[in-house]
Amino acid sequence: MTSLRIQQGAAGARVLGLGAYRPRRRVTNDELAQTMDTNDEWIQSRVGIAERRWAEPDETLVEMAVAAGGKALAASGLAPDAVDLVIVASASLRKPIPGMGPLVAHRLGVNRPGAFDLNAGCAGFCYALGVAVDAIRAGSAVNALIIGVERLTDVTDLTDRGTAVIFADGAGAMVIGASDEPGIGPVVWGSDGDQHTAISIPEGLPHMTMAGQAVYRWATTKLTETLFAAMERAGVGPQDIDVFAPHQANLRIIESMAKKLGLPESTVIARDIVQSGNTSAASVPLALTALIESGEAKSGDTALVLGYGAGLTFAGQVLQLP
Amino acid sequence: MSSTQEIQTGVAEILEEVAGVAPADVSPEKSFTDDLDVDSLSMVEIATAVEDKFGVAIPDDELGNIKTVGDAISYIEKNQ
Ligand SMILES: CC(C)(COP(=O)(O)OP(=O)(O)OC[C@H]1O[C@@H](n2cnc3c(N)ncnc32)[C@H](O)[C@@H]1OP(=O)(O)O)[C@@H](O)C(=O)NCCC(=O)NCCS
Repeated sequence: MTSLRIQQGAAGARVLGLGAYRPRRRVTNDELAQTMDTNDEWIQSRVGIAERRWAEPDETLVEMAVAAGGKALAASGLAPDAVDLVIVASASLRKPIPGMGPLVAHRLGVNRPGAFDLNAGCAGFCYALGVAVDAIRAGSAVNALIIGVERLTDVTDLTDRGTAVIFADGAGAMVIGASDEPGIGPVVWGSDGDQHTAISIPEGLPHMTMAGQAVYRWATTKLTETLFAAMERAGVGPQDIDVFAPHQANLRIIESMAKKLGLPESTVIARDIVQSGNTSAASVPLALTALIESGEAKSGDTALVLGYGAGLTFAGQVLQLP
Repeated sequence: MSSTQEIQTGVAEILEEVAGVAPADVSPEKSFTDDLDVDSLSMVEIATAVEDKFGVAIPDDELGNIKTVGDAISYIEKNQ
């Protein structure tokens, strides 16, 4: 048999730029309380959300992905045709043929990149980041654009107080590129497929259902080890983490994780959920962008990120902010 | 095996740690939600802390039946 050649890519990858798109329409808890049996006090104390953004019809998945991706490209300083891999992470595309990746890339002027969609629920962005870093290290790509985008309102029963108060819309994007000095640590990912019904669109229904307490318990117990493993594999410890930006699912899960990690007082904890609700695959880049825009996170900061959700899936890594 | 009194003390420690309940307020007849102001999500965290401390399993469907401190104590006694 002929032996095949393989290639070696860059030593590592680093983050070059971030960008976000937040839908125009703000929806407050009081507005929701007008149409369903809920109230601001309950939502703030149980979930931590004060308001969220709901996309209007013209704010489609592709439009939001293009808007966030364009901002991340501009922040990176790269020309669009320097990008050779585009991954769009989403769980709310109702018609999956064709996927969004090729069109989003085309709209941004990226020339014939490897382009595809990735669905790993709310862990989608961190899964995509892991895939992109590994592609760069294997020599399959040099610069990658990763986008998390959701219109969860399309797959949520907006009259069901159990889910409507939580889920929201938006897009976040990140450009990463090959670098001799690694600026993104190894991904630690996995899944618990025995709990595939915990967050799902059941057969015959157009909307998501969620076993809230089961997911809450899983998130507050099973994911601490993932966070520690992501730090360990990147060769850092809690004292090195400047920014902790986990998936924005519930403020109490975020606080519980931060406490279990023993992060120093100085660590900035992302609480974008307060303004953005749960935007699934978009939440991590949205939260990071918000911290950069507010000045709470600085260039060179070391961030610990984690995505988790439907599947159940989880993925985390350590990265340095551009 | 822990005694009933030891279990109550252990549950009170968990309640203080997770939900800030004063140990002096904890007695078997107290309802978690009505008397101790522990909400459903804190109950989930209390359940996992009880599992770790006493080596019992509390599945989600059992958790719904544990309404008072006494319910928790007898569940632990029966299952440890
Ligand atoms: C969804 C979640 C906030 C629900 O909280 P919960 O405490 O489990 O809610 P429950 O359905 O048990 O309801 C608790 C009480 O609040 C009430 N309630 C439920 N939803 C309500 C709402 N939207 N507004 C007001 N009250 C509400 C219930 O009626 C119940 O009242 P009772 O105790 O008097 O009967 C919580 O389970 C959660 O955040 N889970 C994790 C979800 C997650 O991380 N998902 C990740 C997706 S990627």
